[in-house]
Amino acid sequence: MKNKRLYNRRRSRNAFFLSLSVLAALFGLLWLGFILTSLFYNGFSGVSGKLFTEMTPPPGSDGGLANAILGSLVMSGLAVAAGTPIGLMAGTYLAEYGRYSRLSFFVRFINDILLSAPSIVTGLFIYEIIVVKMHSFSAWAGAASLTVIVIPVVVRTTENMLLLVPNGLREAAAALGAPRSAIIRTVTWRAARAGIVTGVLLAVARISGETAPLLFTALNNQFWSTDLNKPMANLPVVIFQFAMSPYEDWHKLAWAGALLITITVLALSIAARILESSKRS
Amino acid sequence: MADIVLSQTAATEKRAIAARRGGFMDSRFRILTWLASIIVIVIFAGVILSLSIGSMPAIKAFGLPFIYTENWNPVTEKFGALASIYGTLITSFLAMLVAVPVGIGIAIFLTEICPRPLRRPIGISIELLAGIPSIIYGIWGLFVFAPAFQQGLQPWLIDLFGNIPVLQDFFAGPPYGIGIFTSAMILSIMVLPFISAVTRDVFETVPATLKEAAYAMGCTTWEVMWRVVLPFARTGVVGGAMLALGRALGETMAVTFVIGNAHHIQKSLFAPGTTISATIANEFTEAVGDLYLSSLIEMGLILFFITFVVLACAQLMLGALERRAGGVSA
Repeated sequence: MKNKRLYNRRRSRNAFFLSLSVLAALFGLLWLGFILTSLFYNGFSGVSGKLFTEMTPPPGSDGGLANAILGSLVMSGLAVAAGTPIGLMAGTYLAEYGRYSRLSFFVRFINDILLSAPSIVTGLFIYEIIVVKMHSFSAWAGAASLTVIVIPVVVRTTENMLLLVPNGLREAAAALGAPRSAIIRTVTWRAARAGIVTGVLLAVARISGETAPLLFTALNNQFWSTDLNKPMANLPVVIFQFAMSPYEDWHKLAWAGALLITITVLALSIAARILESSKRS
Repeated sequence: MADIVLSQTAATEKRAIAARRGGFMDSRFRILTWLASIIVIVIFAGVILSLSIGSMPAIKAFGLPFIYTENWNPVTEKFGALASIYGTLITSFLAMLVAVPVGIGIAIFLTEICPRPLRRPIGISIELLAGIPSIIYGIWGLFVFAPAFQQGLQPWLIDLFGNIPVLQDFFAGPPYGIGIFTSAMILSIMVLPFISAVTRDVFETVPATLKEAAYAMGCTTWEVMWRVVLPFARTGVVGGAMLALGRALGETMAVTFVIGNAHHIQKSLFAPGTTISATIANEFTEAVGDLYLSSLIEMGLILFFITFVVLACAQLMLGALERRAGGVSA
């Protein structure tokens, strides 16, 4: 009788905690659904052709986000162009030349810290070394702060992907007499290409929504500007400014911008996932 | 005959030159990769150095009391970071309080309960939460979550705890919608995927024989998870939680939108407050005067230091785990 009671208690406790964990999963999915539906609901009402052709308006008048979209594209492009080679080379060093060296251990540690370090600190850093020295906010500074965020992402994925390349490939190439650099460039990089591209895509996804480092590096600009020495509009900062304002039509544009960013990020991460799984199979 | 010898030596010489050039290229490539990895260290050192130099005026002016004084007055140029530091710690702490159990719950669901065909889609959906940029959480929190919370849950919580001695102080005040509690809720949603992803990965390193042995003893699924899998995976779970904590501490935009930017420490969790990152984001471009700017930079330095300690602990724990996992599979 006593055993029976114990048995029942264990079973009901099991059922209780397992249903809690189901609830936990539902909790997570619920928020995702909640965020995405309100984003699409509010975002689409602000989307129109003007979004891509007109400048950010003063409050009370009509406009779009063209200058902000341009600025985001320009600065992200610069950041990826500068950050990818550095990250790729550093990741290559960690995986190929210094796999077991003390320096690599240290670099890995620092890199993983930078990977999750607060991005607002990156902004302060670039402010100190570029904005203060140039005496002006500029698109260069914005791009530089994004570069600092790109590098650790690319380093991490490059190293991970190169480590997956079997040593037999490297040895076979070495046996043919290829020098180390040729082995890396023509064999291991090629074998890990899909993975490395995945890393770059993830880095783009990461920076396309970064706001904090741009707040006091690129600042914002109401006008169409291609001068990299001047402040440049960008989507995240415009969203921040417009959402915090009391104007209804600015809110609408902020939602539309938020939708644009989310769609970009989701598309990039889905593309990265497809690449990754095609590599695995 | 002589011609042949000559052309032969020419050919070998050419080959030697090519080989030497190859060797030159080889070492140059090696040096380039080495330099690139040095850049990572330079960036890290540069962050610390530049922030230290930038915060020198504030350190000289306020010294150590900067950390434990609360008044923040740009007019009289008296600055103390306590309210911001408190806000950073309390929002992250509350966020972890929600996110850790829920994250572990999700990991248990994904490894044990979820039907196999659904595992990947649900896992990916949860991880998508980590991919959504923080500004999206911010705008959603401001326009959707905070008003809903203000009208629904918040008055109810205030009523519920209204007559309980200690708790009534924590859940007091008018329902603004925004504030410390709201920020913590949004943070907890943001860091959830970090915890559940790491925890799930760690759960998968638990040797199947251990679990099978426990099942064979007649354990229920919950007992296997609680008594066998979780203790085995403890280091990894804590490491994942530390990683999430590091994110939560430094999170800027999601918090800036909904925290209310008030430089006071209030007992009520529903009161508006501020965090280090929110203060910097809100005030940096409008800060006039070197001392004001420098105080903000010093706060950045403090934030970097706190997150560094937390993330370094996370690294060490997860690194130890990786070595063990490597040992198991080898």
